Amino acid sequence: MANQGVMTSLRDENHSTPDTEFASEATIGNFFSTDYKRNDDLKQMLDSNKDGLKLEAMKRIITMIAKGRDPSHLFPAVVKNVVSKNIEVKKLVYVYLVRYAEEQQDLALLSISTFQRALKDPNQLIRASALRVLSSIRVPVIAPIVMLAIKESAADMSPYVRKTAAHSIPKLYSLDPEQKDELVAVIEKLLMDKATLVIGSAVMAFEQVCPERTDLIHKNYRKLCNLIVDVEEWGQVLILNMLTRYARTQFVDPNTKQPVPEKEFYEEEEEDEATDEPTRPRSLDADHRLLLRNAKPLLQSRNSAVVMAVAQLYYHLAPKNEVGTVARPLLRLVRSQREIQSVVLTTIASMSVKRKDMFEPHFKSFFIHTVDPLPVKLMKLDILTNLAGESNISLLLREFQVYIASQDSKFVAATIQAIGRCASNIKEVTSTCLAGLVALLSNKDEAIVAESVVVIKNLLQSQSADQEAIITKMIKLIDHVIVPVARASILWLIGEYCDKVAKYGPDVLRQMAKSFTNEEDLVKLQIVNLAAKLFVTNPKQTTLLCQYVLNLAKYDISYDIRDRARLIRNILFPSENIKAIKNPKKIFLAPKPAPILESKYKDRDTFQLGSLSHFLNIRANGYRDLPDFPEVAPDSTVRNVEPPSRPTSVNAERVSVSYAQEEKSKRKPTFYSSSSEEEEVDGEESKSETSETVTESDSEMSELQSEPDQDLDKKSISIQEKTAGKTADSTEDSDSSESETSSESEEDEIRPKAAQGTTSPPSAQTTKSNLDLLLDFDGAVPDIPTPIITPTIGGFLTPIVPTVTTSSSLMSNSVDSIVMSSPAYVANNPKELISRTAGNGIQVGIRFTRSPHLYSSTMASIELHFTNTTAEDLGEIKVANKVLPVGMTICDFPVVSSLPHGQTRTALIGIDFGDSTQAAVFDISIGDRILKLSIKPPIGEIIRAVSMSETYFLSQQVKLRGMQESTAVATLPPSVVDGHAICRRVYEVANVSPIPSSDPLVFRFGGQTLSSKTLVLITLKTEAPKVTVIVNCEKIIIGQMLANQVKEALDKH
Amino acid sequence: MIESIFLINGLGDIVMEKHWASAIPRSICDYFFDVQKSASRPEDVPPVIPVPHNYLINLLRNNLFFVAVISSEVPPLFVIEFLQRVVHIIEEYFGECKESIIKEQHVVVYELLDEMLDNGYPLATESNILKELIKPPNLFRTITNTVTGKSNVSSILPSGQLSNVPWRRADVKYANNEAYFDVVEEVDAIIDKMGGTVMAEIHGYIDCCIRLSGNPDLTLSFINPRLCDDVSFHPCVRFKKWEAERVLSFVPPDGNFTLMSYHVASNNIVAIPIYVKHNIIFREGTGGKMDLTVGPRTTMGKTVENVVLEITMPKSVLNCTLTVTQGRASFDSVTRVLLWDIGKIDPTKLPGCKGSIALQSGATIPSSNPVINVRFCVNQLAASGLKVNRLDMYGERYKPFKGVKYITKAGQFQVRL
Repeated sequence: MANQGVMTSLRDENHSTPDTEFASEATIGNFFSTDYKRNDDLKQMLDSNKDGLKLEAMKRIITMIAKGRDPSHLFPAVVKNVVSKNIEVKKLVYVYLVRYAEEQQDLALLSISTFQRALKDPNQLIRASALRVLSSIRVPVIAPIVMLAIKESAADMSPYVRKTAAHSIPKLYSLDPEQKDELVAVIEKLLMDKATLVIGSAVMAFEQVCPERTDLIHKNYRKLCNLIVDVEEWGQVLILNMLTRYARTQFVDPNTKQPVPEKEFYEEEEEDEATDEPTRPRSLDADHRLLLRNAKPLLQSRNSAVVMAVAQLYYHLAPKNEVGTVARPLLRLVRSQREIQSVVLTTIASMSVKRKDMFEPHFKSFFIHTVDPLPVKLMKLDILTNLAGESNISLLLREFQVYIASQDSKFVAATIQAIGRCASNIKEVTSTCLAGLVALLSNKDEAIVAESVVVIKNLLQSQSADQEAIITKMIKLIDHVIVPVARASILWLIGEYCDKVAKYGPDVLRQMAKSFTNEEDLVKLQIVNLAAKLFVTNPKQTTLLCQYVLNLAKYDISYDIRDRARLIRNILFPSENIKAIKNPKKIFLAPKPAPILESKYKDRDTFQLGSLSHFLNIRANGYRDLPDFPEVAPDSTVRNVEPPSRPTSVNAERVSVSYAQEEKSKRKPTFYSSSSEEEEVDGEESKSETSETVTESDSEMSELQSEPDQDLDKKSISIQEKTAGKTADSTEDSDSSESETSSESEEDEIRPKAAQGTTSPPSAQTTKSNLDLLLDFDGAVPDIPTPIITPTIGGFLTPIVPTVTTSSSLMSNSVDSIVMSSPAYVANNPKELISRTAGNGIQVGIRFTRSPHLYSSTMASIELHFTNTTAEDLGEIKVANKVLPVGMTICDFPVVSSLPHGQTRTALIGIDFGDSTQAAVFDISIGDRILKLSIKPPIGEIIRAVSMSETYFLSQQVKLRGMQESTAVATLPPSVVDGHAICRRVYEVANVSPIPSSDPLVFRFGGQTLSSKTLVLITLKTEAPKVTVIVNCEKIIIGQMLANQVKEALDKH
Repeated sequence: MIESIFLINGLGDIVMEKHWASAIPRSICDYFFDVQKSASRPEDVPPVIPVPHNYLINLLRNNLFFVAVISSEVPPLFVIEFLQRVVHIIEEYFGECKESIIKEQHVVVYELLDEMLDNGYPLATESNILKELIKPPNLFRTITNTVTGKSNVSSILPSGQLSNVPWRRADVKYANNEAYFDVVEEVDAIIDKMGGTVMAEIHGYIDCCIRLSGNPDLTLSFINPRLCDDVSFHPCVRFKKWEAERVLSFVPPDGNFTLMSYHVASNNIVAIPIYVKHNIIFREGTGGKMDLTVGPRTTMGKTVENVVLEITMPKSVLNCTLTVTQGRASFDSVTRVLLWDIGKIDPTKLPGCKGSIALQSGATIPSSNPVINVRFCVNQLAASGLKVNRLDMYGERYKPFKGVKYITKAGQFQVRL
């Protein structure tokens, strides 16, 4: 059957085109657009078992969809191919399915199982695309399945799948709004996500499903602010808009005056300041400032929507003096394509009404080019008028003069109005403008004259001088002007100022009475008005005329005019049974306020700028009002985030803090002394410093609000960052951690855990969810408290942790587990690795930082110092060749750009020695020289400090008896007397940490090998002057070597 | 968000449609057609048209309207910018974005739209990623596909979207590694009757064509970076680095892209490379006379090329008879556009144009003066004075071939008469 189908279709093909079916495939577009009736064979082609035919059929079907034809009758034939192995066929089937599933619900269900299977695929992209299609099939029956899929995907390892999950949420919500509560829970989870890829989409889902749940934002606010630079551009727009609304509910208006200053310290100055700057804005909330600061760089985005989003954020949230920063980026956008231009100009027009100063210096940018489309011209004109002031008015008027000579009469009319507005707003030029407008009255163009008349009419009301002369001139025009508005305006003027032009009034009325029947309604009304006003002031001459006009009006077609005539007649010529109104003059010639000429963009800023509603000046569907600032700011502590236990944040913190440290190196001591917790609450200063730096680090892990309560290894990182700053690659390096985790985390995760599993009982980490694991960039790094030495500070803050205090604290929180701890000692000065002579003038120093390398925790991070003592400047330093023994890996340092003469450069290299003391040998190229480095780690450096409770120590020690125990006896020199000195000697040779000991004569230390995480336990039993060194370690060689090293260290005089 | 996209040509035919949520009936386009018909020029169609229940946001390129249907509040620029990205991607794929090409490539365009939007929200908009998802057609691939029966859709899924450099595709390899930078500056100016500058601005951008293997990290520095104080960047540029050191440091996308654009505002003094001396007189009855001379002004010794003068004459002008010393001049009596294509200006022999103007019989002297729109181009000159200092590459070993080109062009450059 199927074969037959192929045959027929083949025959068909051959019949129509002499070529094979593949040839026709290449030109498919042309071919079938001319002859689309031959679609009967499509079904057979789809049923065939040749991918080529299927593909061709699908392409034709998609073409039909794209053209708006309906191929839905082919649904059964198409849906079968959802299992096709050919990826292109499959893709096109997906496209078809999404489009027509709604119409053929029952059949669509057949495909669901395929997607469900694909959701479990090991390839993240297949999982994502399955979810995408599944959620796009709008069949209510499958809502629960989609819900389940979304929930699972939201906890997926891959950020890309999580992103897709976020996209699916609004789809399901529109399919089945009853799932809202569950969806909100998923959104909440996704908002917590730290991947920049995800959060843009998470905010999108939030905006679509539950924009009212501000409470979900609190905890994520700081993270969003800090990460926004790295989010993709579309996400940035949504986040900025959402944060604008959020900030309006959470912070107080920055432009209200400062309430009573709270700081007593400044009390004396208070008076002065108050008089100096009466409008001194209130100091901003730190979070408010954070948002403004982090949004600012986005003004440089190439995406106009992002720039606009920042601009509106500043307009609605920033203190007045800062809003100006958005002016120039907006001006840059004005230059873009027509569509963007009109949106941006609308926004600028709105801003310029209230914030003239922002654009005043740039007003020339709004000068009109003849090639501008009319709407753009009109908007520019409005903006120019808004910007008009005493300083630029003469230039503007000259420019307007040019516009009046334009050939486009609509534009000219708008220009005349603009002149009118300038005249009424700026008193200095009113008479000049009026004179100019009067001159226009003699223009040949009817429309221009009419417009001028109307504008002059408005102006005259607010201007007393010269009225008589101008009105006289206009009266003379009445015979020529045809445009109704203009005629009506002239008539109104005559009536209003009939005492000033008393001579002409009755005459004009006579003429008008003659032409009354031929006039427009607008004019007729004014004739009636004029008649009434003249009758009131000059009854002698006009009584008859007035009655005549009223009679004409009485029989007019328009009821409006008849009504008016009846009203006026009853006032002026009351019949007997109606009481006469005493003073009709007061009614007809009451003083009237002058009209205010203003921009039509005046009140638009009630809408959020840059929104659809603002552009159209209509409330669009789904528009949410921008709330007013609250009087009193709600509790800001809701945004505080608990100190996290997540590893990522620890690392992030390191990066950001070290950046900050670098920037304000002079303030180091205070910086250190303040605990991180304080830092968050207290200093606007330090807070924002840090946040600035986060943007620089460009990295996903720059997670600021997560404040670990330990100090950090600032030294090593700051050095690393210094080098990084020079080599530019750093950001990528640190960045990569995020993306790499997606693929590597599993692997990374399993390895250390497997290793731990053998030596230690289940640790806290095992309880983490998938999500956490993904973010973990290394299972082991996490919980390192790192009180650490910084050479810059010198010795007094130094390393040796008082054994007792630490131990007691450790006792309390970790009973049965191993906890990473910071090294108790770190060497300050590099040791010489290659001497000046050996290196031909290049000296290489080496220092073990004893901190885990960023790339992997199994690497020791080693600082290399290159000093150039040659006479010449050398080029860039990088790792060249490396031939490594099995089990050893090296993470190259970022390329150091140059090594000038006499200078020292440092680089941080990560080496995984694989728990051996074999030397890592590799080449470094410096400029065109090659240096061979051989790094042989001391045994104490391939160990990392861990701490544990004494009981745990003892229980582990019992397991490592016999072969695994190495002993050595050392004799202490007389200088070493107390325990501290002994400990110090141990720390110098091995990176171990103290373990509490109940016996004052016994010292215990704990460590772990870097690679395999094998436990290393050191016990010292002192019986002065002898010390017995016992090392328990599964790796016998390491144990023995370490015991000897420790012995030597203790023996040393 | 975006519910549907319709592609409509200048005649009011729907070339293509694509829906994301439920299909929106074509009849919604009728509202658009009404507006289209009432607009005197296609450019006068407003970018946002409210219709019952929906909003149509449109973008006009090459006489083709991209109309997005929106049902609820969304920043209009968001949609416009996205549509612009669609046009850009189609151009990247097929060279240009016009009706005939879209009709020919329905399937690819449809697939592209499908990848670019998910539920009306932008998904993949970087051309480097899209090109990995859906291979752009070229002659060679068409032939191989025909022979081998392979397809345009890549069988490997791209990893770019997941990488930390989302704008760059992975595993780029070239035999010749090249990086070219075009510094293009457009001068917008209004020159008044007397030759004075009413306003002048420079809009500059740096277009790059970068074909470098691997993952190069480039640093571009300028001799005088202070000139551009108002800039926008491609997302690849490290902003902090610019703030701190005024150098552009970036890992480039593969292929062509705009690295940066900048704006030198009217407050600065802008060198105008060309001047036009003009004398046009209309006289009652006999018509009028005109006399134009064009010459170079501040060009730093570079030649002004591709000079074209365009004047739209007032309605009452019937015809113009012109004699020129250089180039070609023509007058279209329907559109009343006088076009003088001059070409290169030789400073020793300035091109001139003389002629008489015939007015319609009985017509009065036009009250308004026309405007001269000038187009020109100066190679090897950046009007703002911006100069690239050097380009350094890190991260790769090979030596790339580097090139920088400067061009100054006329943007909206008009001379008032």
